[in-house]
Amino acid sequence: MTRTAEEIGRTELGPRPLPPLGEQRPPARPAAVDTVLGTGLRVIAVQHPTVPMVEVRLSVPFAGADPLHAARAEVLAAALLTGTERRDRVAIDTELALVGGEMSASADPEQLSITANSLADGFDTLLDVLADLLTGAVYADDEVAGERGRLVERITVAGSQPRVIARKALQKHRYGDHPFTREMPEAEDVAGIEAAQVRALHADAVVPRGSVLVVVGDLAPDDVVARVDAALGGWSSDRSATVLPPLPELTPGALKLVPRPGAVQSQLRLSAQSIPRTDPGYAALQLANLAFGGFFSSRLVENIREDKGYTYHARSYSEFTPSGATLLVETDTASAVTAGALHEIRYELGRLVLSPPTESEVETVRQYAIGLLLTSTASQAGLASQLSGLAPLGLGLEWLLDHPERIKAVTADQVAEAARLFAPTRFTGVVVGDPAGFPDLELLGGVTQS
Amino acid sequence: MTVSEKLHRYALANGLRVVLAPDPTAPVVGVSVHYDVGFRSEPEGRTGFAHLFEHLMFQGSESLEKLAHFRHVQSSGGTFNGSTHPDYTDYFEVLPSAALERALFLEADRMRAPKLTEENLRNQIDVVKEEIRLNVLNRPYGGFPWILLPPVLYKTFPNAHNGYGGFEDLEDATVADCASFFDTYYAPSNAVLTVAGDFTVDNAKALIEKHFGDVPARPRPARPSFAEPPPSGELRADHPDALAPLPAVALGYRVPDPSTDMDGYLAHLVLAGVLTEGDGSRLQQRLVYGERLVTDVNAGCGLFGPFEARDPDTFTITAVHSDEVGVDRVLGAIDEELDRLAGTPPEARELAKVTARWQASLHKEHDRIVSRTLALGAFELMFGDPTMIDRLPERIASVSADAVSAAAKALRPDSRAVLTVSPAGA
Repeated sequence: MTRTAEEIGRTELGPRPLPPLGEQRPPARPAAVDTVLGTGLRVIAVQHPTVPMVEVRLSVPFAGADPLHAARAEVLAAALLTGTERRDRVAIDTELALVGGEMSASADPEQLSITANSLADGFDTLLDVLADLLTGAVYADDEVAGERGRLVERITVAGSQPRVIARKALQKHRYGDHPFTREMPEAEDVAGIEAAQVRALHADAVVPRGSVLVVVGDLAPDDVVARVDAALGGWSSDRSATVLPPLPELTPGALKLVPRPGAVQSQLRLSAQSIPRTDPGYAALQLANLAFGGFFSSRLVENIREDKGYTYHARSYSEFTPSGATLLVETDTASAVTAGALHEIRYELGRLVLSPPTESEVETVRQYAIGLLLTSTASQAGLASQLSGLAPLGLGLEWLLDHPERIKAVTADQVAEAARLFAPTRFTGVVVGDPAGFPDLELLGGVTQS
Repeated sequence: MTVSEKLHRYALANGLRVVLAPDPTAPVVGVSVHYDVGFRSEPEGRTGFAHLFEHLMFQGSESLEKLAHFRHVQSSGGTFNGSTHPDYTDYFEVLPSAALERALFLEADRMRAPKLTEENLRNQIDVVKEEIRLNVLNRPYGGFPWILLPPVLYKTFPNAHNGYGGFEDLEDATVADCASFFDTYYAPSNAVLTVAGDFTVDNAKALIEKHFGDVPARPRPARPSFAEPPPSGELRADHPDALAPLPAVALGYRVPDPSTDMDGYLAHLVLAGVLTEGDGSRLQQRLVYGERLVTDVNAGCGLFGPFEARDPDTFTITAVHSDEVGVDRVLGAIDEELDRLAGTPPEARELAKVTARWQASLHKEHDRIVSRTLALGAFELMFGDPTMIDRLPERIASVSADAVSAAAKALRPDSRAVLTVSPAGA
């Protein structure tokens, strides 16, 4: 068969109309308990029996002002699962594996996170291992030495990734040496951490008061809370977990050029102060952000990817901390079109203020936001992660279930008002790349090397 | 209830195979179309064409202007994507269940009459080149091991070449190439439509007939064999990587063909778990925690995961190690562990761990509607049997210790590829 492309693209019947949407069934409101145990641990348990599994997320606020805190926290997270008084590393892995379980720990400037799941009928085993780690992790010298060595190598590997280099540069440019910037500790700091320091940090900072345990799965919530209370009752402390101190407001200014000689692609990272999810205007901001660069059919992506072909990846999103929020706009482009991409980003930022999203754009992002919430919370893991992200703000399942109504109530005028947060004069940021590849960038202005 | 108990399979008059997997637990649906063509089928001189063509399928069709596909999915509250694999290309949407008919309409429209234009082709060549810069050229270990290992292990073009494509080949692509590729491979008889989630079977069947029923039938292309003999020695190659800070190594072996020897394939799958799944696994214990030779070690069937390609397919072991540890020490330790397993079968408890983790991971896959939809479609397309997904935990549980031992014995040093990545930065 040999047809031309034109013949392929036409049928006798011609173009057909888009079918209307059907009637949407709302999701069931799941049984849930949100309570604080005697130890100060908040437990959010939600029954979501889609599969015979259970998802667990423990968040311990874990900030620290000491310049070496990030290195200690990172080694602690890496070595937490290496052994307790009762179990060695292999025993931990074996017990979890036999109930189809997995558990991992990670640290960032805000919190220590433990993520786990298992078959629902293995929940008691999972809790027993978790309790054992929280109250009895030993951080044996040789295990800490091994994890420290591997961390140094992983940090070295990660530090060569362009996106990591760009993120680090942006954090430094935005917040100087605030603890929030220490997302990945320096390899030499990690190399100097001793097991005794890690044990001391665990005793001081891995505490239940202020921490949140989210449990989503094929289990009754009252029963979950009772089992958690019984299993984790021995995890206690007089201290409260340490919350990240508020960040300074962002100062708008020129983008900092960070040279990376030989790079074939540039990273553009822009940021501005924004509003948190607890703000009454948040739903409107969420829609304004979607319209700008928050999804594929956004102005930014349609411009610099689908029209210009400058990039494979461009997006804008909100970044939340316990005390506030910022907007981020990012893309990676070939060196030769770096200046072009920056020009278009600034153009789209300005256009969002001067020609805010139309009624039809607002309807599109409204449906998208509501639908995405529905599909992203349909799975146990998705719902658990959403709840875990909201918990530090004091929010929970009610907020999540009510959010579609808030999105439905937003008017185009409110979106236009929120769009003013995207004014190009409110932004700062970084450009990482090989300056030899984009000599025109300086002609645009607003980029500095110092 | 399992997926299979509620599974409906049938075909339309034009040959389109359909898999329906109703599940009312959440008011969302997944819709996917798998076409039986991947990058192994692209011709010499056109590396990367199957993936480039996947991009073009999003650029409009008779009823949909450029960008309309994305807008309609997203304004219905849905998400979408597509991906190109060695043996197939998939497209999917996940949406609130009210948007089921829209998703079917969108997939049917581009199956019937995509708009393949010069302008869209040129634009998407640029986008694909940026994708390659982002994922391969500007990143350490870019293409490791999926692009770098096949040319060492395989001799023939379909198996050995880079599925992302060379920039020259991408730039040479023409609209006529696109038309011929579409007419040959994107026939309804060469595709599987899958719908999973919250819908009733009768309604879905009616909507599918309404939208796909008049996609004209075209002959199903003959599927070529990509068979080639396994290597008759150890084949080595080195890839200097200017961005990589540490050396890395990938071993490639051949795995049994899952369509003719599923038991042999599953034994390799369990072997991969015994070797590297969890802190208590053999290679983690020896290489990472015991002798501390490597930072990371992974083993698995398939370059993109298991059940992801037809024969010939690859069993890989990858590791990142420090400069001081030579690659031969890493290989020596791996070979010793394989020998040990070949001589003494693994213990029952090691197998029980792998089995329970597989059972849990299949539940998790089922819980994510995207992965459930895509897995059903891929199993129908490649093995003609989507119910196999539900039987996998049982099949995996029944793999014997002796079978795992035999799989370890089959990973011979004299029939494998060894790809090393050497840091080559200034």
